Amino acid sequence: MNRLSLMILMVGALALAACNNPQRGFGAGGAGGQGGAGAGGITSGALGDPNDPNSVAYFNQRIGDTVRFAVDQSTLTPEAQATLTAQAQWLNSHPSATAIIEGHADEQGTREYNLALGARRASAVQQYLIAQGVAGTRLKTVSYGKERPLAVCSEESCFAQNRRSVTVIGAGAGV
Amino acid sequence: MRLSGGLKGMMSAALLGAVCWAAPATAEPLRITIEDGVIEPLPFAAPTFIDEGGAGDIARAMTDVIAADLQGTGLFAQIPAGAFISQVTSFDAPVSYADWKAINAQALIVGAVSNSGGRINVKFNLHDVFSDTTLGDGLQFGGGEGDWRRIAHKVADQIYSRITGEGPYFDSRVVFVSESGPKDARQKQLAIMDYDGANVQYLTDASAIVLAPRFSAAGDRILYTSFETGFPRIKLMDLATLQSRAIADLQGNMTFAPRFSPDGDTVVFSLENGGNTDLYAMSLSSGQTTQLTNAPSIETAPSFSPDGSQIAFESDRSGNQQIYIMPVSGGEPVRVSSGEGRYSTPVWSPRGDLVAFTKQNGGRFHIGVMRTDGSEERLLTASYLDEGPTWAPNGRVIMFTRESPGAAGSAQLYSVDISGRALRQVPTVGAASDPAWSPLLP
Repeated sequence: MNRLSLMILMVGALALAACNNPQRGFGAGGAGGQGGAGAGGITSGALGDPNDPNSVAYFNQRIGDTVRFAVDQSTLTPEAQATLTAQAQWLNSHPSATAIIEGHADEQGTREYNLALGARRASAVQQYLIAQGVAGTRLKTVSYGKERPLAVCSEESCFAQNRRSVTVIGAGAGV
Repeated sequence: MRLSGGLKGMMSAALLGAVCWAAPATAEPLRITIEDGVIEPLPFAAPTFIDEGGAGDIARAMTDVIAADLQGTGLFAQIPAGAFISQVTSFDAPVSYADWKAINAQALIVGAVSNSGGRINVKFNLHDVFSDTTLGDGLQFGGGEGDWRRIAHKVADQIYSRITGEGPYFDSRVVFVSESGPKDARQKQLAIMDYDGANVQYLTDASAIVLAPRFSAAGDRILYTSFETGFPRIKLMDLATLQSRAIADLQGNMTFAPRFSPDGDTVVFSLENGGNTDLYAMSLSSGQTTQLTNAPSIETAPSFSPDGSQIAFESDRSGNQQIYIMPVSGGEPVRVSSGEGRYSTPVWSPRGDLVAFTKQNGGRFHIGVMRTDGSEERLLTASYLDEGPTWAPNGRVIMFTRESPGAAGSAQLYSVDISGRALRQVPTVGAASDPAWSPLLP
């Protein structure tokens, strides 16, 4: 089949696709702190009361679901380690909870590299939590590269917030 | 419905055909060489193509597209019709060269269009005014009237090629990522359009992030990265059916940055495992996957040489991103970038002579080209954020993403030629990123 015919078929298929859009799963929720939307499929769970130490809201807000990284680094700062130690304690006391660790980069880099850099960051967090006794099977990682900034200015104040990992507790976890 | 216009056009593409006579490459003195530095655009006159029956509107529109193609290269300057001394009233009438010399029209394009029952026929002659003769023989194209833009691009391609000696590229398409929504929740969907932004069609919806589509050398398939599963995974779309399938779905790892081999069977890509990203190759026919690099550094953005023997890629093994080239089967990479700053996203020219890249230095981004041994580096652009070059089919023009800073910042497509001239924004509906240029259409 020549390319011309392919293009013709393609347009026909396009028209069909527009009429009969195949079911598409929701992508992962993106920027963290949202709890609920896990990757691949839809589940739901209450975030709960941040004053309740068993709640996802407590994990997100009181412990902190986010740690930050220096420019082009995936090394965990002492501050990040303290947060992750507390995350590990929570995860160890909530053994049914699972988490997806999102790695993110600021916008000062190329798209592919930032995906790989975000993966380094997510993996650094995962390895730290595993070292703190959390089973690796409970922790997935994903990188969003620079695709989901938390702060939208193009200054270091925003870049610093965007170079981050977010530990997203799976829906249904907690109380 | 946004697809209907294009549908009619593409359906009738079946009827598009060209009747060519030999076009000898005798090009002196009407000649532009792109490698030259700053040059004066060549003045040309393109009187509205003559309507030889039923083609008035199309004749005017085609003339405009041809002139826009030529002007867009930065190599040609159109002389306004108001300056014309003589008019072209018949395709076959003798040309009064003196009248065109008087207004310094170095090239004169005389064309005529007829439309018979929805089938159009276009013929043209390119006159080398100061040689009192035509440059190459007359040529005609026929096709459905829905194809009038493509036919116009083909005419412009002929004129461009005859004068520059370069390969054609106007009759081509670009697949890209159409962007909408706020910066912290950007929606992305794949779209395809003519190289000049016309005839946009969407290939995916915006339900999942999609990144960096890449054409096969035959133009029949695209590779891209999708977050449809919640994790970045490579997908392969057949443009004939618009069906996509995940490929290289290995151990649940992230896969991204795919690119086709020139023969279309191998996909080279990045796979992340335990935070480390290496390059892999997968045969689409056998499904066999081979690891090409094995290093604790980030290896990504691979691109084949046009002969399929080598792969250019970026790695931060030296401490920051640099460009390397290795044999297609893996093996010791040779670093080719050597200047200050970071070098990334190498893309081999379809002519094999140059590698285009993104360079990051001193808080600025550049698109540049270098020889494949790293010599003769030339930066073509500079801005807050330029990235992701893609080559026109003739290897003489590059399209890329330029993103503006700030909360309201957005991405747009730009093109520039390899001498750094003719930087211009490619018109798109809304924001756009990650362009990939198709091969020349048949």
